[in-house]
Amino acid sequence: MAPASAPAPPQTPLLTMSGITKTFPGVRALDGVDLEVQAGEVHCLLGQNGAGKSTLIKVLAGAHQPDDGVITWQGEAITLKSPIAAMRHGIATIYQELDLVEGLSVAENIFLGHEPTSAGFVVKGREARARATDLLARLGHPEIQAHRPVGSLSAAQQQIVSMARALSHDVRLIVMDEPSAALDPDEVDNLFRTVATLTADGVAVIYISHRLEEIRRIGDRVTVIKDGRTVAVGLPADRTPTHEVVALMTGRNVEYVFPERPAPATAAARPEPVLRVEGLAREGEFEPVDLELRPGEIVGLAGLVGSGRSEILETIYGARKPTAGRVLVDGVALRPGSVRSAVRAGLGLAPEERKAQGLLMLESVTRNVSVSTLSRFSRAGWLDHGAERSAAHRAIRELSLRPDNPDARIRTLSGGNQQKAVLARWLLRGCRVLLLDEPTRGVDVGARAELYAVIRRLADDGLAVLLVSSEVPEVLGLADRVLVLREGRVVHRAPAQELDEHRVLDLVMEGSPTR
Amino acid sequence: MTPPASEAQQGGTGAAAASGPPTPNTTETPNTPNATNAANTTNMTKTSSTPNASTASPASGGRPGLGLRLDVRNLSLLGVLLALVIVGGFTRPEQFLSTSNLQLVLTQASVIGVVTVGMTFVITSGGIDLSVGAILALASVWATTVATQEYGFGGILFTAVAVGLACGLVNGLLIAYGGMVPFIATLAMLASARGLALQITEGKTQIVTVQSVLDLGVPDSYVLGIPPLVLVFAAVTVIGWLVLNRTTFGRRTVAVGGNAEAARLAGIDVRRQRLYLYLLSGLCCGIAAFLLIILAGSGQNTNGNLYELDAIAAAIIGGTLLTGGRGTIVGSVLGVLVFTTITNIFALNNLQSDVQQIAKGAIIVAAVLIQRRTLRGGES
Repeated sequence: MAPASAPAPPQTPLLTMSGITKTFPGVRALDGVDLEVQAGEVHCLLGQNGAGKSTLIKVLAGAHQPDDGVITWQGEAITLKSPIAAMRHGIATIYQELDLVEGLSVAENIFLGHEPTSAGFVVKGREARARATDLLARLGHPEIQAHRPVGSLSAAQQQIVSMARALSHDVRLIVMDEPSAALDPDEVDNLFRTVATLTADGVAVIYISHRLEEIRRIGDRVTVIKDGRTVAVGLPADRTPTHEVVALMTGRNVEYVFPERPAPATAAARPEPVLRVEGLAREGEFEPVDLELRPGEIVGLAGLVGSGRSEILETIYGARKPTAGRVLVDGVALRPGSVRSAVRAGLGLAPEERKAQGLLMLESVTRNVSVSTLSRFSRAGWLDHGAERSAAHRAIRELSLRPDNPDARIRTLSGGNQQKAVLARWLLRGCRVLLLDEPTRGVDVGARAELYAVIRRLADDGLAVLLVSSEVPEVLGLADRVLVLREGRVVHRAPAQELDEHRVLDLVMEGSPTR
Repeated sequence: MTPPASEAQQGGTGAAAASGPPTPNTTETPNTPNATNAANTTNMTKTSSTPNASTASPASGGRPGLGLRLDVRNLSLLGVLLALVIVGGFTRPEQFLSTSNLQLVLTQASVIGVVTVGMTFVITSGGIDLSVGAILALASVWATTVATQEYGFGGILFTAVAVGLACGLVNGLLIAYGGMVPFIATLAMLASARGLALQITEGKTQIVTVQSVLDLGVPDSYVLGIPPLVLVFAAVTVIGWLVLNRTTFGRRTVAVGGNAEAARLAGIDVRRQRLYLYLLSGLCCGIAAFLLIILAGSGQNTNGNLYELDAIAAAIIGGTLLTGGRGTIVGSVLGVLVFTTITNIFALNNLQSDVQQIAKGAIIVAAVLIQRRTLRGGES
């Protein structure tokens, strides 16, 4: 901006993003998003999982390059080529996973990468500490000592350090991604006071949260995005009724095709439950949960990130050790905290992080499919490669995995086909209870319907399926029965037909953090 | 059924990466490298002539999808070995290519070779065993004490193997069930096993007096001109290859190294597998110690000095991933032979060992750089 021109009138927005699009292979994550933020306001960004919030803030942070669209910053069109470029403009992002170095001190973290130095390389530790102390005081947290290692601080304090780091860059806009998710109510109050301090100084905050109550308390305006598009701009945060916000967030443009449910069996014809979960709990993660799973049925767990969905699934599977309760298969209790005991009893897990927890990325499809069934293809430890390969081939063919080549390298497959390889593993093993954690994560829209059909078909063949998904329509469309979780507690259970997206979102979002 | 090429990109990549013999793509495979070569998109073809790859090395059998790459690596190592033989034959034609010198080279390779086979398993599983040299020393001195030698041949053999297994057991328990990092646990074993070896010998060389043991080192015992030590090395290599490529144990080793969390969630007992792997490495050290006793006719607490580094280097230049998930016995053995041959050539030419060390270092760097390029070629 030319210095000669008159100071920008207050109406000029600090940031305008218009028509931002971003396409990933197979997925259109952003399809023309608009966002406008004024200096000194708390602007809330709302949307369901998968709506495009994270992609949008990554574009703003310079981590993703948009395919199309204009970003205007203080009246000037800019491009954010890298996170450093965003930082130079005064845009800071505080991600959910804090990016602090635990072994370094508070001051060292705050000035990481731009340490005050003399002669260009000697770090002036005392000056860094003094400036860090000032910043923390400005944020209303003088009790955080600048020399302490960050690893010794609480999650809430670490968040403050992240904010101080942002402020050390002379920041004009701070993006906060679900900052309250890990905080207890007192800490949330503190956070809000800090945010108020920032906005009083003219710093703008983009605040992402699922908790409508919080948004009412600190938000000025709300932008709602859905399926990669902005559906509402600048709603007043304190006056817009909940049902209106929820209505905006739901109702998809992209309709997934779900397979038909079989007619519910009569009480007499219903098979005995294969899996029974009795009072299973893990302290600090989820409260005692009871659950029955019959062959042929799909039960869904709906809830937000951090509601304990995945934790419940992994505890049933023995990947985490319960602090109370037990899991029974055909009435026989599994050894707590033993994956092998679960697998032997007929459980199979398709984990949330497919690449990190599910697949051997260097290996072929065959080897990924057969890894749980090796003993069947061996005599005295001696592998019969031919039998292994043809059995794996049959299993992937049954799930129409493409390419129809058991020797293909798993990493060359698309997300949907990789997921099918994981399912084929358990199909080959003849597992009886399938635990699916976010089965369609990273799977593009077209391939989803196919995966849904496969899951339903497996259930029709007599498998019991427990499904976890952060996408409410997926749970409602695929499951027969749904358990709704909020903050580690089952708050509602009902047949899927009796629920709709509004109701479930109300259930998972309403109320304040109670832990 | 959908034909494999229905999704052109996936089908194409799969065919390029997979050269496994039993695939429906087999007929295409010989063409693929040529096509790649013509397109000049990968460096694989520069290092060797790839079309021969699928027939040249037995290591590719049963490793669909990995065969091509392993072959390239093994072939380039074979090329290095061949170059060394030419250099040796050129500089010292009479000595180098003599039968006795070849016997010597192979005999020298046997001890470190057996250790490297065990090391290859451990590295493939994502671990490391820094204690192999020290275990070798401890086993060799414990097996040659006066008291042990009273039990003769069997006593020495049994003690060497038992000491190796015991050390491997300690390593395995500490790592698998004690939750220690392999680097630290085996570093501790390195220090204490060396210390114990020194305590036993008090720094003296323990001469072997059991004639039946010494007999295995003299030319009279050679079978068809092959020293017994070399036969043991060959047997360990063959068994190691079979175990890694043809058994559930080998498959689980690769799975644990490739993704331990995925292996655990797939129902593999990762901890027990790790225990077995360090036991296996210890066993190899015990066998190597017995070979060393035959070769040296004595036991010394300084035996096997820095063997851990030689074994790791041989495995790595052979193509075993230091991060785990991929291992090749053939490559490791070729790596050992390359190093032993260099030592031999330098010795025959009366060159100082400093030059030899520099050459070793250069080979490690070159081999790993070539591997990185081939790997990257495979990613595309």
